Amino acid sequence: MLWESFKLALRTIRRNVLRSFLTLLGIVIGVGAVIALVTLGQGANDKVKADLSKLGSNMLIARPGSSQPGPPSGGDSRSFSTRDVEALKAGLRDVRGVAPTSNKQVKVVYGTASLDVTVTGTEVDYFTVQDWTVLTGNAFTESDSRSGTNVCLIGATLVRDLLPGVEPLGEVIRVGAMPCTIVGTLGAKGQSAFGSDQDNTVVMPLHTFMRRIAGNTKISSIAVSANSAEVLPAVQATMTDILRETRRVPDTGDDDFSVRDLTQIASTMASTTSLMTGLLGAVAAVSLLVGGIGIMNIMLVSVAERTREIGIRLAIGALASQVLTQFLVEAVVLCLLGGLIGIALGLGLAWGGALLLQVPFNVNAGVVAIAFGFSGLIGLIFGFFPARRAAQLDPIEALRHE
Amino acid sequence: MLALRNIRKIYGEGAAQVSALAGVNVDVAEGEFVAIMGASGSGKSTCMNILGCLDRPTSGSFSFHGVEIATLDNDARALFRRNYLGFVFQGFNLLARTTSIENVELPLIYRGMARAERHREAARALAAVGLEGRENHTPGELSGGQQQRVAIARAIVTNPKVLLADEPTGNLDSARSHDIMRLLQNLNREQGLTILMVTHEPDMAKYCSRQIIFSDGRILDDIRAAA
Repeated sequence: MLWESFKLALRTIRRNVLRSFLTLLGIVIGVGAVIALVTLGQGANDKVKADLSKLGSNMLIARPGSSQPGPPSGGDSRSFSTRDVEALKAGLRDVRGVAPTSNKQVKVVYGTASLDVTVTGTEVDYFTVQDWTVLTGNAFTESDSRSGTNVCLIGATLVRDLLPGVEPLGEVIRVGAMPCTIVGTLGAKGQSAFGSDQDNTVVMPLHTFMRRIAGNTKISSIAVSANSAEVLPAVQATMTDILRETRRVPDTGDDDFSVRDLTQIASTMASTTSLMTGLLGAVAAVSLLVGGIGIMNIMLVSVAERTREIGIRLAIGALASQVLTQFLVEAVVLCLLGGLIGIALGLGLAWGGALLLQVPFNVNAGVVAIAFGFSGLIGLIFGFFPARRAAQLDPIEALRHE
Repeated sequence: MLALRNIRKIYGEGAAQVSALAGVNVDVAEGEFVAIMGASGSGKSTCMNILGCLDRPTSGSFSFHGVEIATLDNDARALFRRNYLGFVFQGFNLLARTTSIENVELPLIYRGMARAERHREAARALAAVGLEGRENHTPGELSGGQQQRVAIARAIVTNPKVLLADEPTGNLDSARSHDIMRLLQNLNREQGLTILMVTHEPDMAKYCSRQIIFSDGRILDDIRAAA
């Protein structure tokens, strides 16, 4: 019986292709919008999460300068010193590493090729803290760090653009005025959450960087990686205390540095995207509701048009419940069809959007299934009233109907 | 088999009350071919609708093989129609854009019969009304007489106890009308099908074994033809 109703519904829809399609438009747009928005939102979220993991996990970064709002304190903020770093290394617990870093944009030359690169001077812990993988060769050692030898590791962009087709290990590149031997290459990280190319980098021991590149002993930031997300707040507090002490900040004074939790910033971004997705999804849900009312309208028209047919069916032995089922199935099939078209449309839009916005295109099968089920549910809800009206027709009246 | 006892049917309320049937008593035995005649407004159609379980009497008793039908609820009456009655209408009332065989299969679908069996039964019923080879024609492709034959096939496909025909020849020309009447007469004689037919044409009533004539909501005359 259900199968017969299903076939009958398909036939009725085929007979009124244009009308059925126009009726479905509301559902199509609603479902399409939900699918497109959720898929795109998911992609954006995935991207933020991927960026997040590239930053290094459970990472805290200390930078000079007040984090308090208000007018700038004037002049250069006092940068960190080796003493601050030593104090942190001695005082911090539950951390995987402490990595002081300094950066400078420097021209790097190999043969006739040259590239403007962010050169980072740091210590061995840097690779752990920032989640860098050493692809070939090795990271520089503690002794390299202490003695300040001219060695460096290069990022994937340099491997590709500066030394194409060359085995980089053992090659000597010129960083600024300093020749430097490549001892390792770094795994690719891609763009940062803030849009810069993280692979356009040269990493070398901090001492080497201070002496030969920067010409000073300033440390521009200290990155610390905590053992787990749970200890992160405690580590952050301890870090602040230690730095206040070593930098001799008066008890009543504001910090002249900031300790920030980068994962926090990134997860704020992620939650903002999900909020946006949710809001837009709600708007799309409203259009689904409107689509449902359209379905109800057309089903009422259909019942009125087919009053005589309903009368015939009742006269030859159809139960009221069978007539109800028939019209209900028709509404559900109509809505499911709209749902299918909407899903196809939504996925198409999301695919195009993902390409345009450069976010990953990840189809969430759960959302697709829910959208499909929801369109069926709309058919059930909005089809019920017209179907009940059909089922309650008086056979004599219905048969007399022209 | 069918018994109407003191059936009254009143339409409207208060001063606007119209009495369509004013105490009708009829007994119909199995195997009868009854013509129900009368001027329009005489109550013959109302009586037919009550017999067909499409309408309820205001008062009185309607029983089938001794079982009271008048007081059944809608679903029980639908089941009664489905199991014991077949309908033929003046306007054929076939589903448009639906083939003959699908029209005939319709009552079987509601009985939940399996597809293959349904198809076989429908083809058999179409053959019985002389429409072999027209199974896949839609009503639009058939003449009026052929459409009425499809309707008769649809009515008899369930092997009903009673066939109710409401002016089955009303939309047909004389030759087709006589064809249809001969078909009904055959069904009555060869298969013993009880047929109740509303008509206002004395020519058609001649095919019947009994004529009940209505006037002003009462039975005026009840004539049994000599066998």
